[in-house]
Amino acid sequence: MNLKELYQEIILDHGKNPRNLRKTDNYNKDAKGHNPLCGDNVHIYLKLNENKKVEDISFEGSGCAISMASASIMTDLVKGKEEKEVKEIVLDFLDMIKEKEGLENKILNDDEKTKLMCLSGVKQYPMRVKCATLSWHTLTSAINDFQNITNTEN
Amino acid sequence: MDIESIKKEFPIFDNKVHNNDLVYLDSANSSQKPRVVIDRIYDFYSKEFSNVGRSVHYLAVAATNLYENTRVSVQKYINAKDKDEIVFTKGATEAINLVANTFGQKYLEDGDEVLITELEHHSNYVPWHFLRKSKNIKIEFAEINDDGEITLEEIKKKITKKTKIISVTHLSNVTGSILPIKEIVDLAHSKNIPVLVDGCQGAPHLKLDMQELGCDFYAISGHKMYGPTGIGVLYAKKKWLEDLPPYQGGGGMISEVKKTGISYGELPNKYEAGTMATAQVIAFNESIKFLEKIGIENIVKHEKELLDYSLELLSKNNSVKIVGNPKNKGGVISFTIEGVHPHDIATILDEDGVAIRAGHHCCQILHEKLNLPATARASFGIYNTKQDIEQLCSSIEKCKKIFNL
Repeated sequence: MNLKELYQEIILDHGKNPRNLRKTDNYNKDAKGHNPLCGDNVHIYLKLNENKKVEDISFEGSGCAISMASASIMTDLVKGKEEKEVKEIVLDFLDMIKEKEGLENKILNDDEKTKLMCLSGVKQYPMRVKCATLSWHTLTSAINDFQNITNTEN
Repeated sequence: MDIESIKKEFPIFDNKVHNNDLVYLDSANSSQKPRVVIDRIYDFYSKEFSNVGRSVHYLAVAATNLYENTRVSVQKYINAKDKDEIVFTKGATEAINLVANTFGQKYLEDGDEVLITELEHHSNYVPWHFLRKSKNIKIEFAEINDDGEITLEEIKKKITKKTKIISVTHLSNVTGSILPIKEIVDLAHSKNIPVLVDGCQGAPHLKLDMQELGCDFYAISGHKMYGPTGIGVLYAKKKWLEDLPPYQGGGGMISEVKKTGISYGELPNKYEAGTMATAQVIAFNESIKFLEKIGIENIVKHEKELLDYSLELLSKNNSVKIVGNPKNKGGVISFTIEGVHPHDIATILDEDGVAIRAGHHCCQILHEKLNLPATARASFGIYNTKQDIEQLCSSIEKCKKIFNL
Protein backbone atom coordinates (compact mmCIF):
# COMPACT_ATOMS: atom_id res chain seq x y z
CA MET A 1 0.00 0.00 0.00
CA ASN A 2 1.34 3.33 -0.91
CA LEU A 3 -0.67 6.46 -0.30
CA LYS A 4 1.92 8.61 -2.05
CA GLU A 5 1.41 6.64 -5.25
CA LEU A 6 -2.34 6.98 -4.95
CA TYR A 7 -2.41 10.66 -4.15
CA GLN A 8 0.23 11.98 -6.53
CA GLU A 9 0.45 15.72 -7.09
CA ILE A 10 -1.23 15.46 -10.47
CA ILE A 11 -4.22 13.59 -8.94
CA LEU A 12 -4.53 16.13 -6.14
CA ASP A 13 -4.32 18.95 -8.67
CA HIS A 14 -6.97 17.51 -11.01
CA GLY A 15 -9.09 16.49 -8.01
CA LYS A 16 -9.02 19.98 -6.58
CA ASN A 17 -9.29 21.89 -9.86
CA PRO A 18 -11.00 19.53 -12.28
CA ARG A 19 -10.67 20.47 -15.96
CA ASN A 20 -13.80 20.51 -18.10
CA LEU A 21 -16.10 20.61 -15.07
CA ARG A 22 -18.97 22.33 -16.85
CA LYS A 23 -21.73 21.56 -19.30
CA THR A 24 -20.95 21.56 -23.05
CA ASP A 25 -23.18 23.83 -25.13
CA ASN A 26 -25.11 21.97 -27.81
CA TYR A 27 -23.86 18.56 -26.68
CA ASN A 28 -25.25 15.69 -28.75
CA LYS A 29 -24.44 12.78 -26.48
CA ASP A 30 -24.57 12.44 -22.70
CA ALA A 31 -24.87 9.86 -19.94
CA LYS A 32 -25.15 9.79 -16.18
CA GLY A 33 -23.11 7.54 -13.92
CA HIS A 34 -23.63 6.66 -10.31
CA ASN A 35 -21.68 4.71 -7.75
CA PRO A 36 -24.30 3.67 -5.17
CA LEU A 37 -21.72 2.53 -2.63
CA CYS A 38 -20.02 5.92 -2.47
CA GLY A 39 -22.75 8.21 -3.68
CA ASP A 40 -20.44 9.51 -6.43
CA ASN A 41 -22.27 11.03 -9.39
CA VAL A 42 -21.05 12.02 -12.81
CA HIS A 43 -22.80 13.39 -15.90
CA ILE A 44 -20.74 13.34 -19.10
CA TYR A 45 -21.56 15.67 -22.01
CA LEU A 46 -20.11 15.01 -25.42
CA LYS A 47 -20.20 16.92 -28.66
CA LEU A 48 -19.22 14.87 -31.69
CA ASN A 49 -18.84 16.77 -34.95
CA GLU A 50 -19.84 15.51 -38.40
CA ASN A 51 -16.52 13.66 -38.70
CA LYS A 52 -17.26 11.84 -35.43
CA LYS A 53 -14.50 13.73 -33.69
CA VAL A 54 -14.86 14.88 -30.08
CA GLU A 55 -15.26 18.60 -30.52
CA ASP A 56 -15.95 19.08 -26.83
CA ILE A 57 -16.36 16.96 -23.72
CA SER A 58 -17.24 18.04 -20.21
CA PHE A 59 -18.66 16.67 -17.01
CA GLU A 60 -20.63 17.62 -13.97
CA GLY A 61 -20.72 15.75 -10.70
CA SER A 62 -19.22 15.23 -7.31
CA GLY A 63 -16.97 12.64 -5.85
CA CYS A 64 -13.67 11.87 -4.21
CA ALA A 65 -10.28 13.11 -5.43
CA ILE A 66 -9.76 9.92 -7.43
CA SER A 67 -13.08 10.06 -9.29
CA MET A 68 -12.84 13.79 -9.99
CA ALA A 69 -9.23 13.52 -11.15
CA SER A 70 -10.07 10.55 -13.33
CA ALA A 71 -12.95 12.39 -15.04
CA SER A 72 -10.80 15.48 -15.41
CA ILE A 73 -7.82 13.67 -16.97
CA MET A 74 -10.10 11.56 -19.16
CA THR A 75 -11.95 14.54 -20.63
CA ASP A 76 -8.62 16.28 -21.28
CA LEU A 77 -7.18 13.29 -23.12
CA VAL A 78 -10.08 12.33 -25.37
CA LYS A 79 -10.80 15.84 -26.59
CA GLY A 80 -10.06 16.06 -30.33
CA LYS A 81 -9.93 12.27 -30.75
CA GLU A 82 -12.16 10.31 -33.11
CA GLU A 83 -15.00 8.26 -31.68
CA LYS A 84 -13.26 5.02 -32.64
CA GLU A 85 -10.06 6.17 -30.92
CA VAL A 86 -11.96 7.17 -27.79
CA LYS A 87 -13.44 3.69 -27.52
CA GLU A 88 -9.97 2.18 -27.82
CA ILE A 89 -8.50 4.47 -25.17
CA VAL A 90 -11.37 3.67 -22.79
CA LEU A 91 -10.88 -0.09 -23.20
CA ASP A 92 -7.13 0.22 -22.81
CA PHE A 93 -7.51 2.26 -19.62
CA LEU A 94 -10.04 -0.17 -18.11
CA ASP A 95 -7.77 -3.13 -18.95
CA MET A 96 -4.82 -1.39 -17.34
CA ILE A 97 -6.79 -0.59 -14.15
CA LYS A 98 -8.04 -4.18 -14.00
CA GLU A 99 -4.97 -6.24 -14.85
CA LYS A 100 -2.47 -5.03 -17.42
CA GLU A 101 0.85 -3.45 -16.50
CA GLY A 102 0.58 -0.45 -18.77
CA LEU A 103 -1.26 1.21 -21.62
CA GLU A 104 -0.97 -0.35 -25.08
CA ASN A 105 -2.89 2.01 -27.35
CA LYS A 106 -1.02 3.85 -30.10
CA ILE A 107 -3.28 6.90 -29.94
CA LEU A 108 -2.00 8.71 -26.88
CA ASN A 109 1.55 10.08 -26.87
CA ASP A 110 4.01 9.28 -24.08
CA ASP A 111 3.24 12.40 -22.06
CA GLU A 112 -0.46 11.65 -22.19
CA LYS A 113 0.12 8.05 -21.17
CA THR A 114 2.29 9.12 -18.24
CA LYS A 115 -0.50 11.39 -17.09
CA LEU A 116 -3.04 8.60 -17.32
CA MET A 117 -0.76 6.12 -15.56
CA CYS A 118 -0.89 8.39 -12.50
CA LEU A 119 -4.26 6.78 -11.86
CA SER A 120 -2.71 3.31 -11.71
CA GLY A 121 -1.94 3.75 -7.98
CA VAL A 122 -5.58 2.86 -7.39
CA LYS A 123 -4.87 -0.76 -8.37
CA GLN A 124 -3.56 -1.36 -4.86
CA TYR A 125 -6.90 -0.24 -3.44
CA PRO A 126 -9.56 -2.61 -4.80
CA MET A 127 -12.38 -0.75 -3.04
CA ARG A 128 -11.39 2.45 -4.83
CA VAL A 129 -11.07 1.11 -8.38
CA LYS A 130 -14.69 2.01 -9.05
CA CYS A 131 -13.94 5.62 -8.18
CA ALA A 132 -11.42 5.70 -11.01
CA THR A 133 -13.54 3.85 -13.57
CA LEU A 134 -16.96 5.48 -13.09
CA SER A 135 -16.44 8.33 -15.56
CA TRP A 136 -14.91 5.96 -18.14
CA HIS A 137 -17.86 3.58 -18.04
CA THR A 138 -20.15 6.58 -18.26
CA LEU A 139 -18.30 7.88 -21.31
CA THR A 140 -18.86 4.50 -22.98
CA SER A 141 -22.58 4.80 -22.20
CA ALA A 142 -22.68 8.29 -23.70
CA ILE A 143 -20.97 7.19 -26.91
CA ASN A 144 -23.25 4.18 -27.27
CA ASP A 145 -26.36 6.19 -26.39
CA PHE A 146 -27.23 3.98 -23.43
CA GLN A 147 -30.25 5.46 -21.72
CA ASN A 148 -29.91 3.88 -18.30
CA ILE A 149 -27.79 5.41 -15.57
CA THR A 150 -24.41 3.70 -15.56
CA ASN A 151 -24.12 1.93 -12.27
CA THR A 152 -20.84 0.61 -10.90
CA GLU A 153 -22.74 -2.20 -9.17
CA ASN A 154 -24.27 -3.63 -12.34
CA MET B 1 -14.15 -0.52 34.02
CA ASP B 2 -11.01 -2.04 32.53
CA ILE B 3 -11.38 -1.47 28.79
CA GLU B 4 -7.99 -2.98 28.00
CA SER B 5 -9.04 -6.32 29.45
CA ILE B 6 -12.43 -6.14 27.69
CA LYS B 7 -10.58 -5.45 24.45
CA LYS B 8 -8.47 -8.57 25.00
CA GLU B 9 -11.64 -10.62 24.77
CA PHE B 10 -11.90 -9.65 21.07
CA PRO B 11 -9.43 -11.76 19.06
CA ILE B 12 -9.61 -9.40 16.06
CA PHE B 13 -7.40 -6.94 17.92
CA ASP B 14 -4.55 -9.47 17.91
CA ASN B 15 -4.18 -8.75 14.18
CA LYS B 16 -2.34 -5.88 12.56
CA VAL B 17 -3.79 -3.74 9.77
CA HIS B 18 -1.13 -2.45 7.37
CA ASN B 19 1.35 -3.14 10.22
CA ASN B 20 -0.60 -0.96 12.63
CA ASP B 21 -2.82 -1.74 15.60
CA LEU B 22 -6.45 -1.87 14.56
CA VAL B 23 -8.44 1.18 15.61
CA TYR B 24 -11.96 0.00 14.90
CA LEU B 25 -14.39 2.90 14.66
CA ASP B 26 -17.08 1.25 12.55
CA SER B 27 -19.26 -0.42 15.17
CA ALA B 28 -22.42 1.32 13.95
CA ASN B 29 -21.88 -0.68 10.78
CA SER B 30 -21.08 -3.92 12.55
CA SER B 31 -19.39 -4.67 15.84
CA GLN B 32 -16.48 -7.02 16.42
CA LYS B 33 -17.08 -10.35 18.19
CA PRO B 34 -15.83 -11.46 21.59
CA ARG B 35 -14.16 -14.86 21.86
CA VAL B 36 -17.13 -16.36 23.76
CA VAL B 37 -19.39 -15.78 20.74
CA ILE B 38 -16.88 -17.17 18.24
CA ASP B 39 -16.15 -20.21 20.42
CA ARG B 40 -19.84 -20.90 20.94
CA ILE B 41 -20.40 -21.27 17.20
CA TYR B 42 -17.45 -23.68 16.95
CA ASP B 43 -18.58 -25.69 19.98
CA PHE B 44 -22.17 -25.94 18.82
CA TYR B 45 -21.18 -27.26 15.41
CA SER B 46 -18.54 -29.62 16.79
CA LYS B 47 -20.35 -31.06 19.79
CA GLU B 48 -24.04 -30.26 19.84
CA PHE B 49 -25.35 -29.67 16.34
CA SER B 50 -28.81 -30.68 15.28
CA ASN B 51 -31.80 -28.94 13.77
CA VAL B 52 -34.20 -27.59 16.36
CA GLY B 53 -37.89 -28.12 17.12
CA ARG B 54 -38.41 -31.16 14.90
CA SER B 55 -36.78 -34.44 15.89
CA VAL B 56 -36.97 -36.17 19.26
CA HIS B 57 -33.42 -37.50 19.45
CA TYR B 58 -30.95 -36.42 22.09
CA LEU B 59 -29.15 -33.78 20.00
CA ALA B 60 -32.40 -32.28 18.72
CA VAL B 61 -33.76 -31.85 22.22
CA ALA B 62 -30.51 -30.30 23.45
CA ALA B 63 -30.26 -27.94 20.47
CA THR B 64 -33.89 -26.89 20.83
CA ASN B 65 -33.30 -26.06 24.48
CA LEU B 66 -30.24 -23.99 23.64
CA TYR B 67 -32.12 -22.16 20.91
CA GLU B 68 -35.03 -21.39 23.21
CA ASN B 69 -32.63 -20.30 25.97
CA THR B 70 -31.55 -17.41 23.76
CA ARG B 71 -35.17 -16.37 23.37
CA VAL B 72 -35.53 -16.17 27.15
CA SER B 73 -32.24 -14.27 27.48
CA VAL B 74 -33.38 -11.71 24.92
CA GLN B 75 -36.76 -11.44 26.60
CA LYS B 76 -35.10 -10.66 29.92
CA TYR B 77 -32.51 -8.36 28.39
CA ILE B 78 -35.10 -6.12 26.79
CA ASN B 79 -37.72 -6.68 29.52
CA ALA B 80 -40.41 -8.11 27.29
CA LYS B 81 -43.44 -9.54 29.07
CA ASP B 82 -43.41 -12.90 27.36
CA LYS B 83 -40.77 -15.00 25.61
CA ASP B 84 -43.25 -15.51 22.76
CA GLU B 85 -42.86 -11.82 21.96
CA ILE B 86 -39.33 -12.54 20.72
CA VAL B 87 -39.18 -13.59 17.06
CA PHE B 88 -35.82 -14.49 15.52
CA THR B 89 -35.15 -13.09 12.06
CA LYS B 90 -32.12 -12.88 9.80
CA GLY B 91 -31.58 -9.31 10.91
CA ALA B 92 -33.26 -6.04 11.78
CA THR B 93 -33.98 -5.55 8.07
CA GLU B 94 -36.06 -8.70 7.99
CA ALA B 95 -37.76 -7.72 11.25
CA ILE B 96 -38.92 -4.42 9.71
CA ASN B 97 -39.91 -6.13 6.45
CA LEU B 98 -41.93 -8.62 8.48
CA VAL B 99 -43.95 -5.85 10.12
CA ALA B 100 -44.32 -3.71 6.99
CA ASN B 101 -45.50 -6.73 5.03
CA THR B 102 -47.93 -8.27 7.53
CA PHE B 103 -49.25 -5.04 9.04
CA GLY B 104 -49.49 -3.57 5.53
CA GLN B 105 -51.46 -6.57 4.29
CA LYS B 106 -53.96 -6.43 7.11
CA TYR B 107 -54.29 -2.76 7.98
CA LEU B 108 -53.15 -0.45 5.21
CA GLU B 109 -55.51 0.79 2.52
CA ASP B 110 -55.48 3.29 -0.31
CA GLY B 111 -54.41 6.72 0.95
CA ASP B 112 -53.26 5.59 4.40
CA GLU B 113 -50.09 7.15 5.76
CA VAL B 114 -46.96 5.67 7.32
CA LEU B 115 -44.95 8.21 9.29
CA ILE B 116 -41.18 7.79 9.32
CA THR B 117 -38.37 10.36 9.71
CA GLU B 118 -35.61 11.86 7.59
CA LEU B 119 -33.10 10.08 9.82
CA GLU B 120 -34.17 6.60 8.80
CA HIS B 121 -31.81 4.00 7.45
CA HIS B 122 -32.94 2.58 4.10
CA SER B 123 -34.09 -0.53 5.94
CA ASN B 124 -36.80 1.53 7.63
CA TYR B 125 -37.90 3.22 4.43
CA VAL B 126 -37.67 0.74 1.54
CA PRO B 127 -39.94 -1.92 3.18
CA TRP B 128 -42.64 0.75 3.54
CA HIS B 129 -41.98 2.00 0.02
CA PHE B 130 -43.09 -1.41 -1.33
CA LEU B 131 -46.55 -0.59 0.04
CA ARG B 132 -46.74 2.58 -2.00
CA LYS B 133 -47.18 0.41 -5.08
CA SER B 134 -49.09 -2.54 -3.68
CA LYS B 135 -51.44 -0.56 -1.42
CA ASN B 136 -51.17 2.98 -2.73
CA ILE B 137 -50.16 4.31 0.68
CA LYS B 138 -48.28 7.54 1.40
CA ILE B 139 -45.05 7.88 3.33
CA GLU B 140 -44.65 11.03 5.40
CA PHE B 141 -41.26 12.17 6.69
CA ALA B 142 -40.85 13.94 10.02
CA GLU B 143 -38.13 16.51 9.34
CA ILE B 144 -34.93 17.10 11.27
CA ASN B 145 -34.26 20.43 12.96
CA ASP B 146 -31.01 22.37 12.57
CA ASP B 147 -29.30 20.18 15.15
CA GLY B 148 -30.21 16.98 13.30
CA GLU B 149 -32.87 16.00 15.85
CA ILE B 150 -36.43 14.76 15.46
CA THR B 151 -38.56 16.48 18.06
CA LEU B 152 -41.83 15.31 19.55
CA GLU B 153 -43.43 18.49 18.17
CA GLU B 154 -42.36 17.56 14.64
CA ILE B 155 -43.89 14.09 15.00
CA LYS B 156 -47.06 15.68 16.36
CA LYS B 157 -47.20 18.00 13.35
CA LYS B 158 -46.94 15.15 10.87
CA ILE B 159 -49.60 12.89 12.40
CA THR B 160 -52.89 13.04 10.52
CA LYS B 161 -56.14 11.10 10.67
CA LYS B 162 -54.67 8.89 7.95
CA THR B 163 -51.53 7.93 9.95
CA LYS B 164 -51.75 4.18 10.55
CA ILE B 165 -48.30 3.40 11.91
CA ILE B 166 -45.21 5.35 13.00
CA SER B 167 -41.81 3.80 12.32
CA VAL B 168 -38.78 5.58 13.74
CA THR B 169 -35.17 4.94 14.62
CA HIS B 170 -34.11 4.83 18.27
CA LEU B 171 -30.66 6.27 17.57
CA SER B 172 -29.56 7.78 14.25
CA ASN B 173 -26.65 5.98 12.62
CA VAL B 174 -25.50 9.31 11.14
CA THR B 175 -26.05 12.13 13.63
CA GLY B 176 -26.26 9.94 16.72
CA SER B 177 -29.53 11.62 17.72
CA ILE B 178 -31.48 9.65 20.27
CA LEU B 179 -35.22 10.03 19.66
CA PRO B 180 -37.72 10.62 22.48
CA ILE B 181 -39.28 7.19 21.92
CA LYS B 182 -41.34 6.99 25.08
CA GLU B 183 -42.93 10.38 24.36
CA ILE B 184 -43.54 9.46 20.71
CA VAL B 185 -45.17 6.20 21.78
CA ASP B 186 -47.37 7.94 24.36
CA LEU B 187 -48.49 10.48 21.78
CA ALA B 188 -49.10 7.83 19.11
CA HIS B 189 -51.01 5.57 21.46
CA SER B 190 -53.25 8.46 22.51
CA LYS B 191 -54.30 8.46 18.86
CA ASN B 192 -54.39 4.67 18.58
CA ILE B 193 -51.37 4.51 16.29
CA PRO B 194 -48.85 1.69 16.80
CA VAL B 195 -45.11 2.44 16.82
CA LEU B 196 -42.22 0.44 15.41
CA VAL B 197 -38.74 1.32 16.63
CA ASP B 198 -35.68 0.53 14.52
CA GLY B 199 -33.35 -0.43 17.34
CA CYS B 200 -30.27 -1.31 15.30
CA GLN B 201 -28.21 1.39 16.98
CA GLY B 202 -30.25 1.58 20.16
CA ALA B 203 -29.97 -2.06 21.21
CA PRO B 204 -26.16 -2.26 21.51
CA HIS B 205 -25.73 1.11 23.18
CA LEU B 206 -28.80 1.98 25.29
CA LYS B 207 -30.68 0.42 28.14
CA LEU B 208 -33.64 -1.45 26.69
CA ASP B 209 -36.88 -1.79 28.56
CA MET B 210 -39.89 -2.60 26.41
CA GLN B 211 -42.26 -1.96 29.31
CA GLU B 212 -40.86 1.51 29.79
CA LEU B 213 -40.67 2.37 26.07
CA GLY B 214 -44.11 0.91 25.43
CA CYS B 215 -43.53 0.51 21.67
CA ASP B 216 -45.44 -2.09 19.70
CA PHE B 217 -42.47 -3.37 17.69
CA TYR B 218 -38.71 -3.15 18.22
CA ALA B 219 -36.22 -4.38 15.61
CA ILE B 220 -32.77 -5.59 16.73
CA SER B 221 -29.68 -6.49 14.73
CA GLY B 222 -27.54 -9.25 16.28
CA HIS B 223 -24.30 -8.44 14.52
CA LYS B 224 -24.27 -4.87 15.87
CA MET B 225 -24.62 -6.27 19.42
CA TYR B 226 -21.31 -8.15 19.36
CA GLY B 227 -23.21 -11.15 18.01
CA PRO B 228 -23.02 -13.21 14.82
CA THR B 229 -24.27 -12.02 11.44
CA GLY B 230 -27.47 -13.54 10.07
CA ILE B 231 -29.47 -13.04 13.24
CA GLY B 232 -31.86 -10.37 14.35
CA VAL B 233 -34.83 -10.05 16.65
CA LEU B 234 -38.28 -8.68 16.22
CA TYR B 235 -39.87 -7.82 19.52
CA ALA B 236 -43.61 -7.38 19.09
CA LYS B 237 -46.40 -7.16 21.61
CA LYS B 238 -48.18 -10.49 21.77
CA LYS B 239 -51.47 -9.03 20.61
CA TRP B 240 -49.83 -8.05 17.31
CA LEU B 241 -48.15 -11.39 16.72
CA GLU B 242 -51.45 -13.13 17.36
CA ASP B 243 -53.34 -10.70 15.17
CA LEU B 244 -51.06 -10.30 12.14
CA PRO B 245 -50.78 -12.93 9.38
CA PRO B 246 -47.61 -15.03 9.03
CA TYR B 247 -44.78 -13.54 6.99
CA GLN B 248 -43.15 -16.53 5.31
CA GLY B 249 -44.56 -19.98 4.75
CA GLY B 250 -42.71 -23.24 5.20
CA GLY B 251 -41.76 -25.89 7.69
CA GLY B 252 -41.92 -25.17 11.39
CA MET B 253 -44.54 -22.41 11.18
CA ILE B 254 -47.58 -24.62 10.61
CA SER B 255 -49.96 -26.54 12.82
CA GLU B 256 -51.90 -28.67 10.39
CA VAL B 257 -51.51 -28.90 6.63
CA LYS B 258 -54.27 -30.43 4.49
CA LYS B 259 -55.07 -30.23 0.81
CA THR B 260 -58.03 -28.08 1.67
CA GLY B 261 -56.46 -25.73 4.19
CA ILE B 262 -53.61 -24.91 6.54
CA SER B 263 -53.55 -23.79 10.13
CA TYR B 264 -50.54 -21.99 11.51
CA GLY B 265 -48.36 -22.75 14.48
CA GLU B 266 -48.39 -21.15 17.89
CA LEU B 267 -46.20 -18.20 18.71
CA PRO B 268 -43.38 -17.68 18.09
CA ASN B 269 -43.14 -20.56 15.55
CA LYS B 270 -45.75 -18.83 13.39
CA TYR B 271 -43.07 -16.34 12.31
CA GLU B 272 -40.07 -18.66 12.14
CA ALA B 273 -40.47 -20.58 8.89
CA GLY B 274 -37.77 -22.94 7.72
CA THR B 275 -34.51 -23.84 9.42
CA MET B 276 -33.36 -20.77 11.28
CA ALA B 277 -29.81 -19.53 11.83
CA THR B 278 -29.54 -21.99 14.70
CA ALA B 279 -25.85 -21.66 15.55
CA GLN B 280 -26.05 -17.89 15.36
CA VAL B 281 -29.09 -17.73 17.63
CA ILE B 282 -27.35 -19.97 20.16
CA ALA B 283 -24.15 -17.90 19.98
CA PHE B 284 -26.17 -14.71 20.30
CA ASN B 285 -26.98 -15.82 23.84
CA GLU B 286 -23.27 -15.35 24.58
CA SER B 287 -23.43 -11.76 23.27
CA ILE B 288 -26.30 -11.03 25.63
CA LYS B 289 -24.41 -12.58 28.55
CA PHE B 290 -21.32 -10.61 27.55
CA LEU B 291 -23.28 -7.33 27.57
CA GLU B 292 -24.92 -8.24 30.88
CA LYS B 293 -21.56 -9.02 32.45
CA ILE B 294 -20.21 -5.58 31.57
CA GLY B 295 -23.50 -3.89 32.39
CA ILE B 296 -25.34 -1.54 30.08
CA GLU B 297 -24.89 1.36 32.52
CA ASN B 298 -21.11 0.95 32.22
CA ILE B 299 -21.35 0.71 28.43
CA VAL B 300 -23.42 3.90 28.21
CA LYS B 301 -21.00 5.71 30.53
CA HIS B 302 -17.92 4.55 28.63
CA GLU B 303 -19.31 5.47 25.22
CA LYS B 304 -20.43 8.87 26.50
CA GLU B 305 -16.88 9.54 27.71
CA LEU B 306 -15.51 8.56 24.30
CA LEU B 307 -18.06 10.78 22.57
CA ASP B 308 -17.28 13.79 24.75
CA TYR B 309 -13.55 13.29 24.31
CA SER B 310 -13.87 13.02 20.50
CA LEU B 311 -16.09 16.07 20.26
CA GLU B 312 -13.60 17.99 22.38
CA LEU B 313 -10.62 17.00 20.21
CA LEU B 314 -12.38 17.30 16.86
CA SER B 315 -13.88 20.68 17.65
CA LYS B 316 -10.31 22.03 18.04
CA ASN B 317 -9.72 21.16 14.39
CA ASN B 318 -11.10 23.98 12.26
CA SER B 319 -11.27 21.92 9.06
CA VAL B 320 -13.51 19.27 10.64
CA LYS B 321 -17.25 19.86 10.47
CA ILE B 322 -19.44 17.58 12.55
CA VAL B 323 -22.85 16.67 11.15
CA GLY B 324 -25.66 17.51 13.56
CA ASN B 325 -25.52 18.68 17.12
CA PRO B 326 -28.19 16.73 18.96
CA LYS B 327 -28.48 17.27 22.71
CA ASN B 328 -29.13 13.60 23.29
CA LYS B 329 -26.45 11.81 21.28
CA GLY B 330 -25.05 8.29 21.06
CA GLY B 331 -21.51 7.25 20.12
CA VAL B 332 -21.67 8.17 16.44
CA ILE B 333 -19.84 11.09 14.84
CA SER B 334 -20.32 11.88 11.16
CA PHE B 335 -18.03 14.55 9.84
CA THR B 336 -16.54 16.18 6.79
CA ILE B 337 -13.15 17.77 6.22
CA GLU B 338 -13.16 20.78 3.96
CA GLY B 339 -11.19 19.92 0.83
CA VAL B 340 -11.01 16.15 1.40
CA HIS B 341 -13.76 13.84 0.19
CA PRO B 342 -14.93 11.27 2.79
CA HIS B 343 -13.70 8.37 0.66
CA ASP B 344 -10.25 9.83 0.52
CA ILE B 345 -10.39 10.32 4.29
CA ALA B 346 -11.36 6.66 4.76
CA THR B 347 -8.53 5.40 2.54
CA ILE B 348 -5.92 7.57 4.26
CA LEU B 349 -7.15 6.60 7.75
CA ASP B 350 -7.16 2.94 6.77
CA GLU B 351 -3.43 3.07 6.08
CA ASP B 352 -2.98 3.88 9.79
CA GLY B 353 -5.23 0.98 10.77
CA VAL B 354 -8.13 3.31 11.54
CA ALA B 355 -11.38 1.79 10.25
CA ILE B 356 -14.19 4.26 9.66
CA ARG B 357 -17.10 4.35 7.22
CA ALA B 358 -17.48 6.78 4.34
CA GLY B 359 -20.52 7.32 2.15
CA HIS B 360 -24.18 7.94 2.86
CA HIS B 361 -24.43 5.17 5.47
CA CYS B 362 -27.65 3.90 3.87
CA CYS B 363 -29.28 7.27 4.63
CA GLN B 364 -29.58 9.00 1.26
CA ILE B 365 -32.68 10.95 2.34
CA LEU B 366 -30.77 12.53 5.20
CA HIS B 367 -27.67 13.28 3.12
CA GLU B 368 -29.78 14.92 0.44
CA LYS B 369 -31.46 17.03 3.09
CA LEU B 370 -28.06 18.06 4.48
CA ASN B 371 -26.86 18.66 0.93
CA LEU B 372 -23.89 16.37 1.49
CA PRO B 373 -23.11 13.65 -1.06
CA ALA B 374 -21.19 11.72 1.56
CA THR B 375 -19.80 11.95 5.08
CA ALA B 376 -17.11 10.17 7.07
CA ARG B 377 -18.30 8.42 10.19
CA ALA B 378 -16.56 7.24 13.34
CA SER B 379 -18.69 5.10 15.65
CA PHE B 380 -17.79 3.54 18.96
CA GLY B 381 -18.03 0.21 20.68
CA ILE B 382 -17.17 -1.14 24.09
CA TYR B 383 -13.58 -1.90 23.01
CA ASN B 384 -12.64 1.66 22.01
CA THR B 385 -10.22 3.69 24.07
CA LYS B 386 -9.20 7.32 24.31
CA GLN B 387 -6.02 6.37 22.45
CA ASP B 388 -8.23 5.30 19.54
CA ILE B 389 -9.73 8.79 19.43
CA GLU B 390 -6.25 10.35 19.57
CA GLN B 391 -5.16 8.13 16.67
CA LEU B 392 -8.27 9.20 14.72
CA CYS B 393 -7.37 12.84 15.23
CA SER B 394 -3.73 12.41 14.24
CA SER B 395 -4.74 10.45 11.11
CA ILE B 396 -7.13 13.28 10.23
CA GLU B 397 -4.14 15.62 10.42
CA LYS B 398 -2.37 13.32 7.97
CA CYS B 399 -5.29 13.72 5.51
CA LYS B 400 -4.84 17.45 5.62
CA LYS B 401 -1.13 17.08 5.05
CA ILE B 402 -1.55 14.80 2.02
CA PHE B 403 -4.09 17.19 0.55
CA ASN B 404 -1.81 20.18 1.26
CA LEU B 405 -4.39 21.86 3.50
